[in-house]
Amino acid sequence: MRASLFITCYNDTLYPETGQAVVRLLERLGVELDFRSRQTCCGQMHANTGFRAEAYSQAKRFVRLYQDAEAVVIPSSSCVAMIRDQYPGLFQELGNEALRQEYAALLPRVFELSEFLIDRLGVEQVGAYFPHRVVYHASCHGVRALHLGDRPYRLLANVRGLELATLPNVDRCCGFGGTFSVKNAEVSSAMLAVKLQDVVSTGAEYCTALDNSCLMHLGGAMHRQYAGMKTIHLAQILASTEEAQAEAAQ
Amino acid sequence: MNHVELDPRFAPPFPQAVLPVLRNPQLRKNVAHAIDVIQAKRAKLVAEKTDWQALRTAAAAIRSHALENLGAYLEEFEARCTAAGGQVHWASDADEARRLILDLLRQEKASEVIKIKTMTSAEIQLNPFLQAAGVDVFETDLAEIILQLGELEPSHIVVPALHVNRSQVREIFARRMGLKDLSDDPKELTNAARHYLRQKFLAIPTAISGANFLIAETGAVAVVESEGNGRMCLTLPRTLITLAGIEKVLPRFQDLEVMLQLLARSATGERMNPYTSLWTGVTAGDGPQRFHVVLLDNGRSSILSKPKQRQTLKCIRCAACMNACPVYRQTGGHAYGSVYPGPIGAILTPQLMQMHYAQSLPFASSLCGACYEACPVKINIPEVLLELRSQVVNQERKQAGRFFDPLYLGLRVANLLFAWAWLFHAAQWAGRVGLRVFTRKDGWIHWLPSVGGKWTQTRDLRGLPAQTFHQWWAARAKEKQ
Repeated sequence: MRASLFITCYNDTLYPETGQAVVRLLERLGVELDFRSRQTCCGQMHANTGFRAEAYSQAKRFVRLYQDAEAVVIPSSSCVAMIRDQYPGLFQELGNEALRQEYAALLPRVFELSEFLIDRLGVEQVGAYFPHRVVYHASCHGVRALHLGDRPYRLLANVRGLELATLPNVDRCCGFGGTFSVKNAEVSSAMLAVKLQDVVSTGAEYCTALDNSCLMHLGGAMHRQYAGMKTIHLAQILASTEEAQAEAAQ
Repeated sequence: MNHVELDPRFAPPFPQAVLPVLRNPQLRKNVAHAIDVIQAKRAKLVAEKTDWQALRTAAAAIRSHALENLGAYLEEFEARCTAAGGQVHWASDADEARRLILDLLRQEKASEVIKIKTMTSAEIQLNPFLQAAGVDVFETDLAEIILQLGELEPSHIVVPALHVNRSQVREIFARRMGLKDLSDDPKELTNAARHYLRQKFLAIPTAISGANFLIAETGAVAVVESEGNGRMCLTLPRTLITLAGIEKVLPRFQDLEVMLQLLARSATGERMNPYTSLWTGVTAGDGPQRFHVVLLDNGRSSILSKPKQRQTLKCIRCAACMNACPVYRQTGGHAYGSVYPGPIGAILTPQLMQMHYAQSLPFASSLCGACYEACPVKINIPEVLLELRSQVVNQERKQAGRFFDPLYLGLRVANLLFAWAWLFHAAQWAGRVGLRVFTRKDGWIHWLPSVGGKWTQTRDLRGLPAQTFHQWWAARAKEKQ
């Protein structure tokens, strides 16, 4: 099985360890990964802020870059939601017929990480070991746009040593919302405070998610408040093995 | 409480308007508590409906069909209502509607009028207009009485006094009704309101109502409510004037079967609302003998003409979107600077204002999608928010003053970077070097200037790692060779 990794602009810049974990995890599962160095951004930031023409040029770039890929794996549910939910409108409005067809042909091969593992590879047990108490934050795009359902929980349930905490109000937004977090910083912070209360109340050591954007938001507040909890992308938990833990401990 | 401006032409932008609310713990507690109670009731009643999604699909289809054939259905409604003894009037904007209603009241020689269940009258600012023209207006919905007597503004479209708690209600009633010994026992408060209202119901023979639905097939009007004060208001007076937006029409009587199941559950978390009033024209010897319907456009046909935005008009004003909204839960309704708050207000208000005002509202959302999931008629609110955001950006980017706006500048530069990977990579390097000065020894950034400061006012940011992912990948590939 071959797959192409679309790391996303902010993971490339801010969270390379998530990309490295995806590589370790998928190669361990026998996937032959490639990485196209011309990739940049899916266009979500521009689309969600109202810069439609700019978003369109990035959408076009994405579709062109991956048209021959066997599968595209993306460790960010909001970027996958952008590709699935917003590209059609952008191409309808600004694109031509050829581009619409290229997109339609590519779309079934675009996967969020947990979808790729469970739907495409058919694995729930990835051989991970992570002996910690963990709480899963179900990001809005994962829940309501991609309908990931219990996929992340099934993956977590199969991680040896992991104790999963239950998050109250699990489907409530953390308040990030991209540029919303700076355009409406005060409301965003108020939402974050409420979310953080729920997350911290679980007494977990780690808060995990399939979106580093939410985790950047939650983690930024945890650090500011000395909350005593860390954030970690789900890929990093799934990539973690007994040997890796032992190595890290040395 | 501070003065609250709900006229979108004068209200401050959302990010400013939220500040006094966010600093008011009592208000936030009232809002969050009320919302959580409604949400818990709704969740239970939605869960017991095994055909909930099918009902939503049916309701969405009914509303879309009605809107796509709105002209024909409105004419059918007018013909049926007129045949049954009602009079139908058409108002193209707020001003025309206000003058029409005042003329009708003058024909009745009415110096006082009672009112029930009409958000639309708040949209056209009917009360201050009538008061200025010498007509005393008395609200009869319990929440509206609290607001009117307390000189407060509505903050929700179904529970307009949701931001006021019991002890505040006691204070208002005691002061305005002259009841010094009133306690905050709900029973006592209700009795005080009942006593106040009965006098109005028996003395004032002219009423103004809103409408939840207009039925084209029969010419009937439907109003749903919980208290029975609406029923009083709709049946006791001699003359009834109903104000309704033109989008309120349903093709068939049978369509109520779908709508009423969804509306009560979505709005108040009830299987059925306690009072559903339906009437067709006038009936000799029973109820009002003169009945007028004022059909209001006020920007609606302009919304209807835009295919991507048309779905906004499917709204049945249940407020499920604001109850589900994590933004509204923090801010309540006043920050939206409109009588229509929450997610539906964020898309409806700027459109009713023809995009000349309320441009901050489409940005008052984290796009979490909870509104769309809750909406009983499946309005894709995030989709409309994005459409309106792009319209606002197209307006603003032409303004000279926006050229150096950090957010606009940043997004324009980002677009350039994303077009060439090498440029993006160069910017990542520049960012890493540039942020080094702000990065503390622990590897975290605690303070940033300009737009970045909006982030760091409540959140830290981890400093940029020494190596990006693509650099790591390239180094690994080299090693492998």
